[in-house]
Amino acid sequence: MEYQSTLLRRARWRPWEFALWAAAFAVPLVFPSRALMVNEIAIVALFAMSLDLVLGYAGVVSLGHAAFFGFGAYTAALFAKHVMPDPAVGLAVAIVLSALLGALASLTILRGSDLTRLMVTLGTALLLLELANKLDWLTGGADGLQGVVMGPVLGRFEFDLYGQTAAWYSLAVMLLLFLLMRRLVHSPFGATLEAIRDNRLRAAAIGVPVVARLAVIYTVAAGIAGAAGALLAQTTGFASLDVLAFDRSADVLLMLVIGGVGWLYGGVAGAIVFKLLQDWLSSVTPQYWMFWIGLLLVLLVLVGRERLLRPWTWRRR
Amino acid sequence: MLTILFDGIAYGMLLFVLAVGLAVTLGLMNFINLAHGAFAMAGGYLTVFAMQKAGLPFLACLPLAFVATALAGALLERTLYRPMYAKPHLDQVLFSIGLAFMAVAGVDYFVGSSQQNVHLPGWLRGRTEIGEGALMLGMGHYRLFIIAVCALLAVALQLVLTRTRFGSRLRAAVDDPRVAAGLGINVNAVFLLTFATGSGLAGLGGALGAEILGLDPTFPLKYMIYFLIVVAVGGTSSITGPLAAALLLGIADVAGKYFIPKMGAFTVYLLMILILLYRPQGLFVRRGGR
Amino acid sequence: MTDIVLAAQGLVKRFGGIVATDKVSLELRRGARHALIGPNGAGKTTLVNLLTGVLAPSAGRIALLGEDITGLAPHQRVARGLVRTFQINQLFDSMTPLQTLALAVSQRRGLGAKWWQPLGAARPVAERAGQLLEQFHLADVAQQPTRQLAYGKRRLLEIAIALACEPRVLLLDEPVAGVPPGEREELLQTVAALPGDVSVLLIEHDMDLVFSFADRMTVLVNGALLTEGTPDAIAGDARVQAVYLGHGGAHG
Repeated sequence: MEYQSTLLRRARWRPWEFALWAAAFAVPLVFPSRALMVNEIAIVALFAMSLDLVLGYAGVVSLGHAAFFGFGAYTAALFAKHVMPDPAVGLAVAIVLSALLGALASLTILRGSDLTRLMVTLGTALLLLELANKLDWLTGGADGLQGVVMGPVLGRFEFDLYGQTAAWYSLAVMLLLFLLMRRLVHSPFGATLEAIRDNRLRAAAIGVPVVARLAVIYTVAAGIAGAAGALLAQTTGFASLDVLAFDRSADVLLMLVIGGVGWLYGGVAGAIVFKLLQDWLSSVTPQYWMFWIGLLLVLLVLVGRERLLRPWTWRRR
Repeated sequence: MLTILFDGIAYGMLLFVLAVGLAVTLGLMNFINLAHGAFAMAGGYLTVFAMQKAGLPFLACLPLAFVATALAGALLERTLYRPMYAKPHLDQVLFSIGLAFMAVAGVDYFVGSSQQNVHLPGWLRGRTEIGEGALMLGMGHYRLFIIAVCALLAVALQLVLTRTRFGSRLRAAVDDPRVAAGLGINVNAVFLLTFATGSGLAGLGGALGAEILGLDPTFPLKYMIYFLIVVAVGGTSSITGPLAAALLLGIADVAGKYFIPKMGAFTVYLLMILILLYRPQGLFVRRGGR
Repeated sequence: MTDIVLAAQGLVKRFGGIVATDKVSLELRRGARHALIGPNGAGKTTLVNLLTGVLAPSAGRIALLGEDITGLAPHQRVARGLVRTFQINQLFDSMTPLQTLALAVSQRRGLGAKWWQPLGAARPVAERAGQLLEQFHLADVAQQPTRQLAYGKRRLLEIAIALACEPRVLLLDEPVAGVPPGEREELLQTVAALPGDVSVLLIEHDMDLVFSFADRMTVLVNGALLTEGTPDAIAGDARVQAVYLGHGGAHG
């Protein structure tokens, strides 16, 4: 039936998507010196996509998503150090625990205005940061958690100095979770999220249990952010306080805004642009990186977010 | 114990003066301005330089800080902020974070990242102690000064809001800008004046607080959360709400750090989350207010 | 009587010192075509908000098909068949009519929480959505984002969404409000063609529509029930004429 195929068309894989993923996996092979970069981008893109679930699809503005990223990082690092150095198991544990934290935190974002939500998300991240700082016997405090030695992935692939294993590991995890997210956003569940984002009142009026849905997606997003954090800790062998810092939350927000909210690939696009920009700017003006980010944010908003990636709309004011 | 209460009140009053501009801006223009702390920082740095380079006495720097930052605020409101009022909250957040980042990095570049010190005049450096033992009340003169100034400001603000014509216009514009405009109230002028005053108060707060809160380029980001707490818990529809919230916050922070130093600022954040969970609109919201 | 599908008893709603709804009782029979009229500010929309659970009553009870729903959240009432439309269109601007209706149908059929299959994978859902699109003459704009639709189409979509929820009781809040005369006919025909066993409560200012549609009318003034009866009785009631109908037409 024509209506069904129209609906299903939206969820179908496009050719360029295959090309993108193939290219991503190929880079560490073809350009081994860039493997570390690919690893970083994959981690940060995964983080950004998890925020997109909450921000782009459900419409919740969160300034503290780094809470789950950092929590996942510390969980994975501590797990590897004290329990078992297997990366996959550590990753699974980090995801589950981060999701639990997300479920708990979701209780705070369900009610209240935009400002209230901003506050509690920010507050949650700051709270965790303070905790990590104060519980320095566990987390290493300001010095960070060091000496995290990872075992081989799936028992076979050792982490090498070039970072190829790391890059492929992160890419593989990213792909798996991406497939999950992709299914989710195109499903009826995803549609109810978009409905909640567009018009919460009407969503309730067609029978959508708004609060329950928000809690679920926030939990899922927290779990995925935790996965990204775990990947960072596992591939760098280190976890420090900056995984919980406000900068992280702001950076990932900026990435999504650059790449575009509400389509998962926005997180990927934004991550790539952001990381390349950061790389370039750090070599040019290492100290005042924050200034240029700030300027970018201001310009971005003044120009209009939707128009940034569409230069042909710039003339029409 | 009483000393802690006293210190907490001083801290709270300071937070109030710093944050009240943010509360009114949010309530009036429905604009989330995360760069508010930058105005406070500006006031602080201005005071430091006026004292060091121009040799101005501390007391003269206070009105200077107020006026200068108020002017800066007016200028920014007219040029940068005004087009932002209609934009969604996410855009406002991003925009003001961007401004804050630029301010932080800018100050770091021009002045350096070390802490700045304010040399208080002699008569503010003393301390008076009343009573003894557990009930001793130790009042630093500077804190006493802060409490006095801020209390005066709070009273003045409340009077302006409730007794003057401008105050009525402001309250009308907060309740419903369109109707207010329809009644002939120049809403743009109200916005401009209010924003400028709020920024000026922040600057004054920054000047007053430099000694107690510490002044370095990260000030706007460090203290932003505190201002936001005052606004979120205190609500945006009155002066007394943020005042009460600021006092609560100040006392909780000082007491928390004293009694449970291991927890540090943890208690404050936890308290805020709990309060907002229980009452998402803030603790002190006027019925029917936003 | 098992014939009563919706029963509200003694509903009161106070906002501070204002009594917006003053001991209002209402009964809808199966298949009713019931109109709710009253001057502006009489509290009609407030009553709808109370019935649908958007507002909690200060006092009173509401029963749907014999079940007490006074404490239920809005989405729970929708699941039991109590559906409303809004006076001001409440639509999902970034979604297309096709997506919107597919979503509403999915939700109604208990598929709203499915996350593994794409929206529309269930054939019956897609077919029902298509059916509604055709019925409401939205097929030609089915794939445009809702924000791009003309007002009349948006209004049609507003009602289509309500039908997608398979209502047993439908509350229509001024369905033809703001619709240009050319597109009113479409809308009126659809309202008239609603299934016979669905009970409809219509809020309207357009007296022509009201009198041609309703078999029973309730008049609300200042939040309280003035009177209730057949259209003829209401039209002939002097009190109603005095308050509402007779004074130079408080139309629209």
